[in-house]
Amino acid sequence: MSNTVVPTKTYLAIFVALMALLAITVGVAYVDLGGLNLAVAMGIAIAKAALIVSFFMHLRYGRKLTWVFAGAGFFWLAIMLVLTMGDYATRS
Amino acid sequence: MLEQTPAHAHQFETLEQQREADTLGMWTFLATEVLFFGGLIMCYTFARFSYPQAFEAASHRLYVAYGGPNTAILLCSSFTMALAVRAAQLGGRKATTALLAVTALFGAGFLVVKGFEYHTDYVEELVPRFRFHWEGPDAAHAELFFWLYFVLTGLHALHVTIGIVILTIVAILSWRGKITAEKYVTTEIVGLYWHFVDIVWVFLFPLLYLIGHR
Repeated sequence: MSNTVVPTKTYLAIFVALMALLAITVGVAYVDLGGLNLAVAMGIAIAKAALIVSFFMHLRYGRKLTWVFAGAGFFWLAIMLVLTMGDYATRS
Repeated sequence: MLEQTPAHAHQFETLEQQREADTLGMWTFLATEVLFFGGLIMCYTFARFSYPQAFEAASHRLYVAYGGPNTAILLCSSFTMALAVRAAQLGGRKATTALLAVTALFGAGFLVVKGFEYHTDYVEELVPRFRFHWEGPDAAHAELFFWLYFVLTGLHALHVTIGIVILTIVAILSWRGKITAEKYVTTEIVGLYWHFVDIVWVFLFPLLYLIGHR
């Protein structure tokens, strides 16, 4: 439930992980990976967002209904991005 | 008064039900915020896909030395925000107030750095319409990048500003003893908003500052 009191050390671990991911994403930006640079940067951003949503925003302690509401926004965003870019990318 | 006033509003059966309704309302608002920023992210995605060279060259004119530390500042603020909610759950009035104030100060620090950065952008003639000068090829689409940069970061900075105001109000409420352990959900909701603003920046940072490799 949302009133779960999360231990301070859990929050600290998440914070350390977030800072480490930030250091990695900045470090990787100075290495030429070709097209993979974008994939790595976005992968790390999604990982950071997942940590924040799950722990700081307590989604993992919440009800399934909250999951649906939280997921809905990102799901519709995905529809917009994927279908629009699918169109542009396949035009000849 | 013979009967004790319940902590929850009359339309709810229990305090727990009220908390769930309160947080669900905030999540609903955040879903609309995802789509609010999403439209601009869609513009950005299409433009970057269409003009990759111009976007990479334009992105390299931004300073990771501004964007990187600012990301760290917001991550710190999310950490203190999470601790503020925890303190409120445990009913620690002083700890909650202090942590909310520190979170607001981190937010203010972010805006100060952003202000210096905007000033640098202005000095380096990277402000579309007002003061824009581009030496390399495809100046029009480099300018498009900076349009998106200013609109996205400006809109984000507006959200940070609103967050600071709300954090300050809640910190004052907490100091006056209005946020008891029973009513900690107020801090939980402010926290949800603040963490969302942090997440927006987590995506804006690589999208704007880290295109290609530097």
